Amino acid sequence: MDVAIVGIGIHPFGRTPERSGLQQGAFAARLALKDAGVEWRDMQFGFGGSASAGSADALVNELGLTGMPFINVANGCATGGSALLSAYNAIKSGEYDIGIVVGFDKHDRGAFNADPRQMGIGAWYGETGLMLTTQFFAMKIQRYMHAFNISAGTLAKVASKAFSNGAKNPNAWRREEISEEEILTSTMISDPLTKFMFCAPGEGGVALVICRADQARRYTDRPVYLKGAALRSRRYGSFEVFAPSQALQQVDGPTVDTSRAAFDMAGVGPRDIDVLQLQDTESGAEVMHMAENGFCEHGEQEALIQAGETAIGGKLPVNTDGGCLASGEPIGATGLRQVYETCLQLRGDAGPRQVPNNPKLGYTHVYGAPGISAVTILQR
Amino acid sequence: MTERKPIADGLFTWPSDNPALLGSRCRQCKIAEFPCKASCPACGSEEVAVEELPRRGKLWTWTIQGFMPKSPYNSGETVDTFTPYGVGYIELPGAVCVESRLVENTTRDLAIGMDMELVIETFRYDDVGNEIVTFAFKAVN
Ligand SMILES: [Zn+2]
Repeated sequence: MDVAIVGIGIHPFGRTPERSGLQQGAFAARLALKDAGVEWRDMQFGFGGSASAGSADALVNELGLTGMPFINVANGCATGGSALLSAYNAIKSGEYDIGIVVGFDKHDRGAFNADPRQMGIGAWYGETGLMLTTQFFAMKIQRYMHAFNISAGTLAKVASKAFSNGAKNPNAWRREEISEEEILTSTMISDPLTKFMFCAPGEGGVALVICRADQARRYTDRPVYLKGAALRSRRYGSFEVFAPSQALQQVDGPTVDTSRAAFDMAGVGPRDIDVLQLQDTESGAEVMHMAENGFCEHGEQEALIQAGETAIGGKLPVNTDGGCLASGEPIGATGLRQVYETCLQLRGDAGPRQVPNNPKLGYTHVYGAPGISAVTILQR
Repeated sequence: MTERKPIADGLFTWPSDNPALLGSRCRQCKIAEFPCKASCPACGSEEVAVEELPRRGKLWTWTIQGFMPKSPYNSGETVDTFTPYGVGYIELPGAVCVESRLVENTTRDLAIGMDMELVIETFRYDDVGNEIVTFAFKAVN
């Protein structure tokens, strides 16, 4: 059973003091239902997640107590991707015809600081200041730059592109362009990454109505089909966040495995993709994820990015909505934001940030602690 | 009477004139892990034995923590007294790559591939005045 996305909704990302995270999720859900021309009571199931804004299943209190099965999903930054994968499988199994996926969040200011005990690590790890996602990303790109000759200027270019794309997106948090010079000279957070090269924990919500592909035209004349959806966790030997030690012999990370699985499922390859959204928790992540998802060889990013190929008008448009850098990172919503943006691009509804290549195939990728990736391949 | 106490038991040999990190090694697949675990992360076997890890290794990657982390970070520092600290992974030959604070904390003093050795340093003092020590790695000149 093929699966289609027939309704999409988003609550603007950023800071919305007047609405709780849950209300932002409900806001997005109402828009997605309206987009598909359906009612909440038509939903046969729901999957949703939030890391810091309460239980997603409490949405039923906001939207109507219909008795539908609603399951909470929690997989770090891969929560949105995991919720969508769960919904995808629910339809594919033949058990349900139509349902909803929702992700939302609302985080405090400042970097995330995780609790080691939740990861099975001793308290000393957090106490001595080793358990920060920012450090991990800095150390990963530091090694990568050394191995593959990536320049600090390229990290700055990734961030300036994100803010430039965000400036064209009414739902982005940061909608002002920032120059490469300003990005490079802003406060150094964790060498080689400066303040403007990191995304910030934020708020937002996204919802999708999905259904059996053979019923999609009942709801929309522009369905987007889920051709591939995959999720993998890390194997021994991949370099992951929250690891007090790691193997001497490195293997590919979960993103590489997930990407391959999704491409196999969809029967297409990286060259067929017209627009892509990659997890860009910071500038270096976007650079590394380009290669880990198969869109270039390791080291080729330097020339591609410098030539502007990852910008909206380039041959490999990445993070057209501004990504996490411009949108912020509400953990539960990020994976679904990527899918929302890809649907807009495939429908031709992305306005001033529409990619000009008449896109037919889109790709989304999230990566979460402690080593989980989720990928979708979408086709109009 | 105050004393020097390790930040956690079982992380490194203590007290000792020549401290070493303590890891576990799998009898099935021979891989090592730090800190010690009751099972092997590669194969899941519970046939693991504790061993002292090499005291010297090479810097695999590094960064500098530029801002004071929120709790559970607990160094006794305040935002005003906070000093940026180095963090890195050190390849310990024949064993495992260990994440650690670094004695060096400037870009000038750190480079991938440099030789490093284990040191035990004061991390903070607890409320009754005990000196709490932790492990770090220091460049070998
Ligand atoms: Zn083993």
